Amino acid sequence: MSESAASTASGPAASPPTPAFDWRGMWLHVLPPILGLGLLVAIWALVSITSGSSIPGPLETGNQALTLFSDPFYRKGPNDQGVGWNVLMSLQRVALGFGLAALVGIPTGFLIGRSTFLSRMFNPLISLLRPVSPLAWLPIGLLVFKGANPAAIWTIFICSIWPMIINTAVGVQRVPQDYLNVARVLNLSEWKIVTKILFPAVLPYMLTGVRLAVGTAWLVIVAAEMLTGGVGIGFWVWDEWNNLNVKNIIIAIFVIGMVGLVLEMALIKLATAFTFEEVKS
Amino acid sequence: MNTRWQSHRSVSDVAETMALHPKFLDIQGVEQSFKTAKGWFPALRNINLSVARGEFVTLIGHSGCGKSTLLNLIAGLALPTQGTLLCANREISGPGPERAVVFQNHSLLPWLTCFENVYLGVERVFGAAKKSIGAPAETKTQLRERTDAALALVGLTAAAHKRPGEISGGMKQRVGIARALAMEPKVLLMDEPFGALDALTRAKLQDELLDIVTRTQSTVVMVTHDVDEAVLLSDRIVMLTNGPAATIGDIVQVHLDRPRSRVSLAENPQYLGYRKAVIDFLYTRQSHVEKVA
Repeated sequence: MSESAASTASGPAASPPTPAFDWRGMWLHVLPPILGLGLLVAIWALVSITSGSSIPGPLETGNQALTLFSDPFYRKGPNDQGVGWNVLMSLQRVALGFGLAALVGIPTGFLIGRSTFLSRMFNPLISLLRPVSPLAWLPIGLLVFKGANPAAIWTIFICSIWPMIINTAVGVQRVPQDYLNVARVLNLSEWKIVTKILFPAVLPYMLTGVRLAVGTAWLVIVAAEMLTGGVGIGFWVWDEWNNLNVKNIIIAIFVIGMVGLVLEMALIKLATAFTFEEVKS
Repeated sequence: MNTRWQSHRSVSDVAETMALHPKFLDIQGVEQSFKTAKGWFPALRNINLSVARGEFVTLIGHSGCGKSTLLNLIAGLALPTQGTLLCANREISGPGPERAVVFQNHSLLPWLTCFENVYLGVERVFGAAKKSIGAPAETKTQLRERTDAALALVGLTAAAHKRPGEISGGMKQRVGIARALAMEPKVLLMDEPFGALDALTRAKLQDELLDIVTRTQSTVVMVTHDVDEAVLLSDRIVMLTNGPAATIGDIVQVHLDRPRSRVSLAENPQYLGYRKAVIDFLYTRQSHVEKVA
């Protein structure tokens, strides 16, 4: 259709219009990130050279990464496993700790949001405990659970639960009065109010809580595993430090960053899928 | 196609029902005060009004005079500090689907489609058996038919499966009207339903509302601040004095034949007379906001 329109407009000699490749747009979108990464690598190389090779340069680290990622899932005893296993173990701890925190935190947030009494009762507790570094809870976890793995999960649970509770409670408190009036006029049952009005209205807030919780959990797990040992990306970093294998430490930093980035992007995608125009405002 | 709302009422029919139920909605000595930081703030005082079945009444007054407060009282969303409100001889003690509300900002649930928004009310009203009148619960098919019919009534069949975020302001307000009407309320309450719309859309929806009300024989109480809207739609215009402690200042009976047409009324001396009466009340007699005594 557009072709015939074009030919009638500019005569039979004109060829069908082909959109010119948008070099400019590509330039503006692709070049800056590449330059940024290039800058990072350049500084890294510079530091590596001036430090007299006590810090490995980008090239050797890259080569090491290639051999490392060629076999990420090997197992040579409990203290020597592939980087893939380490990442998966850490993710599993985060998932468990976060999942438990969501199970406890979301209902608690709903209750606190719905009831002024409970909100006044729990707010001082939350204000007091939230600023505490989750690692401070690690010894308590070790004492109670008598094991490194459950103690690490416990630490993740503690650091994930605050954003879950707080964001859910705020979401419940901010459900527009109009929607609740609709529920009253339609005389909806409690079940319908929760499933059709409260839950969808609170969902975007809850997902913000999830995003914050998972982000913090991924920060905390590395530190927790350094202390608890076992298999995990945090322990791996510490183990490689003991082996004085700095190349692997640098690779681990990149891996931790990549996994965190992927988690964050996936959760943002999820949040936008469940956020509706009217709720945002 | 459902024929539930296809019967046209004749003017004499309506007059008859209105004469049979002159006090279908009855407001007796209602007073409403709100507690504020500075003590009790009187919003409404000494409101006495009855609305006949099938009547279209508009409440008009300056902003802040308490028209919406009065509508909320009829809806049951708030309870009066004094006085009683009766609907079909029963005291209004809370909100309910027999007094459906069309909200100013449409208040559709953004995560549900238009169909689901309407269905939510339909399901609540007709999905359960009604012991009082011995009506059995309706089947899912019947409930869906009711929803489709209500959407067809406001001309939104094509947009039934869109979400509110995907349709225009006028269409959202129409869904709000469909949701209210689908519950077959005894009284339809409208709180400045067209206030947020542009003039052309507003006129179109007013015409549609005129037509729908004629077909459904609804009893309507509508809050507005638009004089033309009031005269075009109403059987009676209830004018409120300025707040605080607003009360009914005057009532204009609109004796214009139905069906009414915006175009032919524009030069009708009777129409212009009613219009002038309302404007005189609003801008001459109630032009200044009274100071708190």
